[in-house]
Amino acid sequence: MSTTLTHSWFMTMRHLRNLARQPWWIAITLVQPVIWLLLFGAVFKATADIPGFAADSYVDFLTPGIVVMTAAFAGGWAGMGVIEDLNRGVIDRFLVSPVRRPALITGRLVQLGIVSLIQSLIVIGLGLLIGARFPGGVVGLAVLVGCSALLGGSLGALSNGMALLARKEETVIAASNFVLLPLTFLSSAFMQRDLVPGWIQSVARYNPVEWTVQAGREALTVSPDWGLVLSRASLLAVLCAACTWLATRAFRSYQRSI
Amino acid sequence: MMPTGAAIEARDLTKTYGKEVRALDGLGFTVEAGTVFGLLGPNGAGKSTTVKILTTLSRPDSGQASVAGVDVLASPDRVRWAIGLVAQRSGVDLEGTGRENLTLQGQVYGLRGTELRTRVGELLERFGLAEAADRVARGYSGGMQRRLDIAMGLIHRPRVLFLDEPTTGLDPEVRADMWAEIAHLSGNEGLTILLTTHYLEEADRLAGRLAIVDRGRVVAEGSPNELKGELRGDAIQVELGDPQADGQASAALDRVPGVWEVTVEGRSLRARTENGSAAVPAVLQALEAGGIRVASVTIARPSLDDVYLRHTGRSLTRTEEHL
Ligand SMILES: Nc1ncnc2c1ncn2[C@@H]1O[C@H](COP(=O)(O)OP(=O)(O)OP(=O)(O)O)[C@@H](O)[C@H]1O
Ligand SMILES: [Mg+2]
Repeated sequence: MSTTLTHSWFMTMRHLRNLARQPWWIAITLVQPVIWLLLFGAVFKATADIPGFAADSYVDFLTPGIVVMTAAFAGGWAGMGVIEDLNRGVIDRFLVSPVRRPALITGRLVQLGIVSLIQSLIVIGLGLLIGARFPGGVVGLAVLVGCSALLGGSLGALSNGMALLARKEETVIAASNFVLLPLTFLSSAFMQRDLVPGWIQSVARYNPVEWTVQAGREALTVSPDWGLVLSRASLLAVLCAACTWLATRAFRSYQRSI
Repeated sequence: MMPTGAAIEARDLTKTYGKEVRALDGLGFTVEAGTVFGLLGPNGAGKSTTVKILTTLSRPDSGQASVAGVDVLASPDRVRWAIGLVAQRSGVDLEGTGRENLTLQGQVYGLRGTELRTRVGELLERFGLAEAADRVARGYSGGMQRRLDIAMGLIHRPRVLFLDEPTTGLDPEVRADMWAEIAHLSGNEGLTILLTTHYLEEADRLAGRLAIVDRGRVVAEGSPNELKGELRGDAIQVELGDPQADGQASAALDRVPGVWEVTVEGRSLRARTENGSAAVPAVLQALEAGGIRVASVTIARPSLDDVYLRHTGRSLTRTEEHL
């Protein structure tokens, strides 16, 4: 176990270092959530005037939604890095070494978590700047960021596993495109839960993006229902563990195919 | 598989990809500890598949293998500590520097602190990468990347090193340097090297023993000299004026005494004879009598290419040209 942790950390360091060498990637990663927040905020500004909409302003409501969406998207695209390493033979090199298999996945997920954390802080900071208020305070924000990281980790693990099975860039791109937007919009990330059609509300109950949004928003209210927060956070933790396990299993399928 | 004194033992390996591609078809060989063993064969012969199986990356459909006395199928984890791999398709992380690549590789094998730093520095020095050590590997030349690959394969002082086509795609001078480096490695006490190649010259220069692989099987095995020695006499190679398809040329030579193993591929005719210079006039006469134009004639001592031709019915250098 401790070897797996050490190996994960070595892998995390490699991924972080490689990212740090790509200034364009950094710029886009940091600016994109900002654009989402400003764009969605402007487009849906009138939402706050809808009768029955509870939040005072739409930014209050939207900011947590963008934090979650950003984490989901970062996770969904994580498989692209696996494809790159597969193509360069880097993964094969690790697979014939004593490196722990789970570390090859968790190393990526920790890196993803760190990037998500930075993105979340930027979105929250900007949200505050343009007038969003979060009664739940620092604790509430920590819950939001933590749950988003678990969501990103789950989708990231799935994306990594998918990359190992498909071994093709196109497949990962298609799968991410197919899944990410529907997941985001079948949740209350942008619209209050009781204002969307009933069928979306039903589907959303099984949507991990919705679990994250619920936990985050609840934790940010004046007096959160911690039971709800805890139940959603636990679901996310279990999901993340299960997806990581699946992704690690995908190495076997990969090795059977070569 | 029972452990033996051999560094590598492969027996009856088979591997099929999908339903159609039979990559390995009963391949087997034995490599003594401390020797360089070559697997020589054309594209698609099954060399890389063999290396992938022996290095625990892939599994055979059937057959047995042991490396460094450990059963590859039963204890892949133990095998991994004993081997180094330089894969055909590199394994260098191009976004990392040479030093970072080596350091991570060392960490994976449990090296830490000063020991790790010293070992990394030593390998960078030894493979001529000291100056480029802190540059990102994307900017390395093909030869430098290959040397970094080898250095990474050696970081944990493996007992068995696998080199899958280590010089393919390199310039001739770089290749010569690489040969010197590999020859030097094999001089080191104890290190066993399995080398795959489709360069005859490389196999001839580096391998103490080699197996000729064709369509997933070993068709001949021995030292380069033993293999060449199996061929009596000289090789005659005739470049014909026109491509031959209908067997006319070989028919013409059937009547020439002391000439055997006549094969024709396109414009190239090959035959074997006890004494090359004595047979050439008769060969030319016979071809002329058959109305076949001749562009050039060469006589050569048997080469590995002749060995290859004899065992597979195809010429390795020709096979390469047609790709
Ligand atoms: N992952 C794979 N999926 C399907 N077929 C494969 C796979 N790997 C190898 N093959 C096929 O198996 C056969 C043997 O391939 P292998 O890579 O072992 O040949 P090789 O001797 O290394 O050739 P080369 O000199 O081109 O490297 C080839 O026909 C190849 O196309
Ligand atoms: Mg190969």
